[in-house]
Amino acid sequence: MDFKKERLTIALAGILTGCVAVVLVMSGNPANMGFCLACFIRDTAGGLGLHRAEPVQYIRPEVAGLVLGAFLLSFARKEFRVKGGSAPFTRFILGFFVMIGCLMFLGCPFRMVLRLAGGDLNALFGLAGFAAGIGCGVFFLQKGFSLGRNYAQPAAEGVLFPASQVVLLILLIAAPAFIFFSAADAGPGGKHAPVLLSLGAGLLVGALAQFTRMCMVGAFRDLILFKEPKLMIGFAGIFAAALIGNLITGRFHPGFAEQAVAHTDGLWNFLGMLLAGFGCVLLGGCPLRQMVLAGEGNTDSAVTYLGLLTGAAFCHNFGLASSAAGPTGNGKAAVLIGICVICVIAALNTFRKGGTRS
Amino acid sequence: MIDARGLSCPEPVILLRKEMKEHPSERYEIMVDNRVSVENISRLASKERLTPTVTEDAGTYTVVLS
Repeated sequence: MDFKKERLTIALAGILTGCVAVVLVMSGNPANMGFCLACFIRDTAGGLGLHRAEPVQYIRPEVAGLVLGAFLLSFARKEFRVKGGSAPFTRFILGFFVMIGCLMFLGCPFRMVLRLAGGDLNALFGLAGFAAGIGCGVFFLQKGFSLGRNYAQPAAEGVLFPASQVVLLILLIAAPAFIFFSAADAGPGGKHAPVLLSLGAGLLVGALAQFTRMCMVGAFRDLILFKEPKLMIGFAGIFAAALIGNLITGRFHPGFAEQAVAHTDGLWNFLGMLLAGFGCVLLGGCPLRQMVLAGEGNTDSAVTYLGLLTGAAFCHNFGLASSAAGPTGNGKAAVLIGICVICVIAALNTFRKGGTRS
Repeated sequence: MIDARGLSCPEPVILLRKEMKEHPSERYEIMVDNRVSVENISRLASKERLTPTVTEDAGTYTVVLS
């Protein structure tokens, strides 16, 4: 294996991904939200009417693109393998709380990088929390944390998830009356790039992420665990390209106050991303990576998506999600509960009788 | 022989590292079932100055480090 070439490839993929994110914002996506899996899954939950928060309702074609891009490339590279059965319900719960953490901060780890590249310094608290959460997860990994093995599943099981994303695309384009769309001036859900551009961007980034194994959580995890910088190079590539793109297009606004789709409560930005980072290490990857794995036939990651989707619906049905005005009391309680639940899940799957589950 | 089939990264690499620490040897064998793990194991091998030899049989990769 040529490790130099591997690092160059992921650097280029990161740069390209950062550029795609800037283009999506230029074409209509909300600021610093070229890509955000948490926001996009939340908007999709809204589009399907799973929550009724009018500002965030739109079936985001980027998510379907990511899954299908990973699906098609993994198929072409003979890496499409249908497997599942590694603690699916635990993964559902982890996904649920990862979303609660992300919507406390207002972004997934991917958007955290894009917020930093847009000059949103609140994301520094998120970054610190994210690193701390990954540190917590790595502690348990080193002590033997495992969600157990997965097993081969019938091919149909693995094709269902990409197929469900095609159905969402059809619903978006056909726009039947029961699908919700935020009004153009209503909030983040009303701001979006044209469907075909969003879909194409998703396909490209999904393929790049499948090829390079790009993952925001893996970037920190591998650096802490193995001093392995490969994934961090991808992370840095996204940041550098988005930063330069924002500077060129006049979208770099350094500061804390009045950042787009963000709040200034440092403590809760920190704790939200701590919850997200911790949960994602236990899941084995960030929401972006989960979508790519689901596209590659991993049905446990497809279940994780359902956890994220359900978490997003709960966030807006029960007033857990933050807004530009700041976090909510319910959201704070949910994040603290989430951190406790994830600690218990981590402990139960680390310190069990008989060692590693087989 | 470490059986890491069905485990996702970083678990196979953690198991291999543990084996290297607890039972130092000139040769290690690990079975995995995905190419990501093969890549990650090969990266660890190169850091430990070992050469990985990979054989595949029906979706199971056996990596010998020596």
